Amino acid sequence: MARQLTIFLENRPGRIKSISDVLLENNLNIWAFTIQDRGEFGLMKMIVDKPQTAQLVLADRGFACVLKEVLAVTAESDKPGNLERLTSALLEQGVNIKDVSGFVSPRDRQGICFIEFENPDGANLEQTLGAVGFQILSDRQLYEL
Amino acid sequence: MEVNFWNPEVETMERSQLEALQLKRLQAVIGYALKTPFYQKRLSRAGISRPEDVRSLQELQKIPFTVKDDLRQNFPAGLLAVDMEEVVRIHSSSGTTGVPTVIYLTAEDLNSWTDLLARSIITTGCCRKDIFQNMMSYGLFTGGLGLHYGAERVGMTVIPVGGGNTQRQVQLMRDFKTTVVHVTPSYLLHIHTRLAEFGVKASDLHLRRAFLGAEPYSENTRLKLQELYGIDAYNSYGLSEMNGPSVAFECVYKKDMHLWEDAYIVEIIDPATGQILPDGQKGEVVLTNLVRHAMPLMRYRTRDLAFLHTEPCPCGRTHRRLSRIQGRTDDMLIINGVNVFPSQIEEVIMAIPEVGTNYMIHLTSAGALDKLIVKVEIYSKMFTGDLNSLDALKGKIRDRLRASITINPHIELHEPGSLPVFEGKAKHVVDNREKL
Repeated sequence: MARQLTIFLENRPGRIKSISDVLLENNLNIWAFTIQDRGEFGLMKMIVDKPQTAQLVLADRGFACVLKEVLAVTAESDKPGNLERLTSALLEQGVNIKDVSGFVSPRDRQGICFIEFENPDGANLEQTLGAVGFQILSDRQLYEL
Repeated sequence: MEVNFWNPEVETMERSQLEALQLKRLQAVIGYALKTPFYQKRLSRAGISRPEDVRSLQELQKIPFTVKDDLRQNFPAGLLAVDMEEVVRIHSSSGTTGVPTVIYLTAEDLNSWTDLLARSIITTGCCRKDIFQNMMSYGLFTGGLGLHYGAERVGMTVIPVGGGNTQRQVQLMRDFKTTVVHVTPSYLLHIHTRLAEFGVKASDLHLRRAFLGAEPYSENTRLKLQELYGIDAYNSYGLSEMNGPSVAFECVYKKDMHLWEDAYIVEIIDPATGQILPDGQKGEVVLTNLVRHAMPLMRYRTRDLAFLHTEPCPCGRTHRRLSRIQGRTDDMLIINGVNVFPSQIEEVIMAIPEVGTNYMIHLTSAGALDKLIVKVEIYSKMFTGDLNSLDALKGKIRDRLRASITINPHIELHEPGSLPVFEGKAKHVVDNREKL
């Protein structure tokens, strides 16, 4: 499993900069990020190179932030139907996707998905997704890509 | 101008007779007060063990003031002077620290209160032919039931609709040709802004009078309402500790409110020293209820600032007139007619573990109505990174506040450490409402 940093932010000018300032001061590298907006506030979700360190330095500055495990799923090649196979496999197991973001790495055209999920029956997702040709990445594997 | 009386003898009584009546009733109240644990102790310290120990109205000053905190500390029955089986009605208001205040009425007390309200209604020129739509909340709040009983005693046709639901209010006003409403000024303004939406013009209505109460407003707002609806609007004053509305009401001359001195002894004091101020000087209103025996309250500090008029009123009533309320000696807020202390809000939000230590209370105007915004910081250690939990947290804060203060607040979640921190006496309230 990969770890995603989730930070509570008010929706007003300068808040994302305040996060990036702290990360820069500590020489932390952002690998992916997305924002889930809820009107007057939102959640900034980040994949960074040193999640534990990032969480500690942000918490030290007073930010409300947590590390959450997410599924980092990769498909070997970028081709039509990858998302359909992925979601079908998760649906069969009754897994609910709470939040998801996905992109294709421009260098080698490898598709990657970050999934926050609820797995009510505790299914072995590594096995389920592996059977249909997906790989679940750990933190380390993620940065070796 | 036509002046009608409900009880002409009492309403136009000579000062000396009025004071004799006050003393007689005060002694009766002291008799009841001596039956309560609270006043028994207080009065005996002041050298009063029998009603006759107070021989003149001046000697009322021997009795120390009673304050709201006394009511809380003696909750629920420390000021109850009769057997519970004599009590026919309880009214209660939510408390600032979770302890509410309560008043008790016997059948006779309820009768006296109702009679004062019937008198108040007649004083404004209403009569039994009027159709009275009561837009104040019913229930534990005294405003709704009080005027309801008074209007029935007058013989008016009463529509007990209660507060809210503007479309239904307008429908009822049209269907039954309502002539009189009892309402907060802000709600009456709000209704006017929505008439067009229902295809109604103010001139289609049959309204002639409005009793305005429960929140402060200016003379300009009265004039505006009178013009918008083509009505006469009357100011009223009361507080739940004194039974609710009925303490003072305007007559047809609308030159401030006749305070019913046969039922209440009024003193205006310097809130800092407790010294009694002469008529005409602004100070804190202190009231003694002369017509309630189940729960005597003597020299009760209302925290309202006002003054008494000295010149006689052309209507012929001898009871002195109380000015509009000029302010408060405490930090009580009046939000859409409901009394709220900032400490009530603090009490609720600080009991929720997901909330941090700083908070702010913002008041703004949403049209003619008030909007309450409560800003809280989330507590880092309780943050789960889940949007649904944050939504649930907002819902929890909103529900608990509504349960405590009966107002539906808008909740804003903020980052830890983002709200201002105050040293000493905190300034948690920002009131940006347009003054009515």
